[in-house]
Amino acid sequence: MLTKRRRALALKTCLLAGRILIENGSNMERVNDTLSRMATSAGLHNFEAFTTVTGIVVGTIDEPHAQVITIRRRKNDLSKIADVNEVSRELARHKIDVPQALAKLKLIDRQQMPRWQNWYEALAAAILSGALMIAFTGNIADSWAGFITGGCGYAAFSYLLRKFKIQYLGEFCSSLVIGILAVIFVKLNLANNINDIIIGAVMPLVPGVPLTNAARDLVSGNLISGPTRGIEAVLTAVSIGSAIVIVLHFN
Amino acid sequence: MNWANIIFQFILCYVSTVCFGILLHIPVKAYNAAGLIGGGVWVIYWILYYHRGVDLAFSNLLAAILISLLSQAAARRLRMPIIVFNVPALVPFVPGGQAYKMVRNFAIGNYHLVSVYFYQVVVIVGAITLGFGLGELMNRVLNYVRQYLIKKSRFNS
Repeated sequence: MLTKRRRALALKTCLLAGRILIENGSNMERVNDTLSRMATSAGLHNFEAFTTVTGIVVGTIDEPHAQVITIRRRKNDLSKIADVNEVSRELARHKIDVPQALAKLKLIDRQQMPRWQNWYEALAAAILSGALMIAFTGNIADSWAGFITGGCGYAAFSYLLRKFKIQYLGEFCSSLVIGILAVIFVKLNLANNINDIIIGAVMPLVPGVPLTNAARDLVSGNLISGPTRGIEAVLTAVSIGSAIVIVLHFN
Repeated sequence: MNWANIIFQFILCYVSTVCFGILLHIPVKAYNAAGLIGGGVWVIYWILYYHRGVDLAFSNLLAAILISLLSQAAARRLRMPIIVFNVPALVPFVPGGQAYKMVRNFAIGNYHLVSVYFYQVVVIVGAITLGFGLGELMNRVLNYVRQYLIKKSRFNS
């Protein structure tokens, strides 16, 4: 039997792991699975966790108290999910004990990106836009415009997200930037086809993680978080689309 | 459809899958596997849809099932969560072009074309969702068969 303090520590570790997983876009079945595994290897019996997209409740049946944590922001950082996975695996193999696991999780949670990461990401978004534009439309002549537009659009998006922490208006504003840049390129006769440029340039903004998670959560029977993630994906798509509509109206 | 074209398409989608992985910060060790899955499945889809005349829903369904199965295999081999592979590999299949054409025709006022593209978007998203579900089911069946065979071989020896 664990002492009261050790039990509180184990619950805290589980909560932190769950928060990191959900914040960074894991699907719910994996969260539940990881939490119950960690609880078992920490020695908690009759562990119960109730997870939603915006909060987690954990507790043990023997004890009167349950603990809650709310999840306010969501971003998609899949390497953190892989790291938490690694910690839970080490805990299960008893390579590390609970306080060490908690320290490792705190380290993962606080991890900051290096400063060049933003430029690196903008470059990746630019290459993604150019490559997918050629794959979808076969238009090689204008791909440089897609390259520049996609990179600028994603840079605007990540800047807004970092500075102001807004969820859907970030996509909206960066789609406005994409549309305006594409219009400028075509008006100056530097590029020919505005449609192809916009199709390529919005691809880095597509809601891939919520879409995939919505599908997986719905399939595994999680009726709370599946539709919620679906709504998240739809909202993102609608905000991109409405920005493009606005630009095309003034074209 | 010739080899140069196929290799060109493969390279394009390999690169874009890896780039989308960079945007999602997947671990560096997973870049190559995710890129191979994305490029390979896109080439299969490209041949089926553009050159063999298989219809939109079925080719997307098949692509989603393949992504799910291959991602599971890669996740098992590299010991990483499956989401690291299947989200970047999905990016060439997201109906961005159709959704854009829908929005554009809406803005211009071609309402009869809006419904055509809306139908395509719904079919693609539905097929991908169903394909991921079926892939998950197949993964579970394969897991079960594997466990069963391991148990049986232990029992016999």
